[in-house]
Amino acid sequence: MTETTAPVAFPQSRTCPYQPPAAYDPLRGERPLTRITLFDGREAWLVSGHATARALLADPRLSSNRSRPGFPAPTRRFAGITNRRTALLGVDDPEHRAQRRMVVGDFTLKRAVELRPRIQQIVDERLDAMIAQGPPADLVSAFALPVPSMVICALLGVPYADHDFFETQSRRLLRGPETADVEDARDRLEAYFGELIDRKQQDPGTGLLDDLVHRQLREGALDREGLIALALILLVAGHETTANMISLGTFTLLQHPERLAELRADPRLLPAAVEELMRMLSIADGLLRLAVEDIEVAGTTIRKGDGVVFATSVINRDETVYPEPDTLDWSRPARHHVAFGFGIHQCLGQNLARAELEIALHSLFDRLPTLRLAAPAEEIPFKPGDTIQGMLELPVTW
Amino acid sequence: MHIDIDKDVCIGAGQCALTAPDVFTQDDDGYSALLPGHEDGGGSPLVREAARACPVSAITVSETVS
Repeated sequence: MTETTAPVAFPQSRTCPYQPPAAYDPLRGERPLTRITLFDGREAWLVSGHATARALLADPRLSSNRSRPGFPAPTRRFAGITNRRTALLGVDDPEHRAQRRMVVGDFTLKRAVELRPRIQQIVDERLDAMIAQGPPADLVSAFALPVPSMVICALLGVPYADHDFFETQSRRLLRGPETADVEDARDRLEAYFGELIDRKQQDPGTGLLDDLVHRQLREGALDREGLIALALILLVAGHETTANMISLGTFTLLQHPERLAELRADPRLLPAAVEELMRMLSIADGLLRLAVEDIEVAGTTIRKGDGVVFATSVINRDETVYPEPDTLDWSRPARHHVAFGFGIHQCLGQNLARAELEIALHSLFDRLPTLRLAAPAEEIPFKPGDTIQGMLELPVTW
Repeated sequence: MHIDIDKDVCIGAGQCALTAPDVFTQDDDGYSALLPGHEDGGGSPLVREAARACPVSAITVSETVS
């Protein structure tokens, strides 16, 4: 590898919401890993090769513990909150394993299948409401956000009536302009969950949080602060990510009318289409780790203390695994993509997410066969590169 | 074919049950399990795919019965 140019800056914003930034093109030519520069000028490793990514994401010598000194930060905002207590995706084993064990039974494939009728009901109700008020509509606020928000509320036992509050605070937590906004959003969400947990201790319901309150908290497996951190992750990760996949997935399908026609003609393609959209869109485009030991990989040494970043959009377009990787193709085996991550932190909610995406996309285009964009595609705003990718708005008509 | 599931490693991602649903399931706690009567994989070509899909390499497939 010849070092003739400065490392690529990471993260950068996409120019087309379903394609990696053109500025990442050099990263594709430097597989399986290369150097990047983070916002603060610090250099880190960028993993771009599929096999190397899978090996490293499963390697316990890479830590996910954000409170470790030297943990890489993609933005100033992220750097400002690494001292906050977190759960699941921000902690290592054995703590991570103990937390995951408490909740995994509610996120199995079987549970996702059981939830399908409830998801279908929620999707139908949101479409009824959107159709009654339109056209046109903003698909993000009318459909893409409320559907996963209502599903995760039902699963956790969080009152959906509070959705304006937690959706707004989640947005500030993930995309607040300043560290102070992120801190404040975090404070408000923690206070909210504290009160909700207190109420559930008095008046138990039937959600996952009620189970956690009455089993783990009472038995001492979790303290109150730990339960708040866990609840916060489950709620935020449970609605923001899927909402982005629904909005960006819809946009991508509308920009690929031939693929959409194939899907309409044969709904049995849906599971494959959802996997291919996951691969293509790679909405969590920058998974972070810190090396806690030296790691020899691909003829290079990642040193203890080095930051490691996984650009899922680049990894999922490794042409040695996915020929013509920029082409949306329902017939390709898209499985083994790393859009849900890999290793112990692979997405807890992936089975639920797949069910939601299949039902939401199928019902949307089934009910509204003439669905189309209500604004020029290039004028529709989408999220900046330093956060989970997705549409900010999606004006549609039918 | 012999299939071994390391339940101490399994994280309950459900990738095996998604990839080879005729062979793998998840128990009530969410962890990978073999369907009764299909402990030998039943000749399914998807068993190795399921092992590869496992994010934590909890599934080992060998040809000889041990």
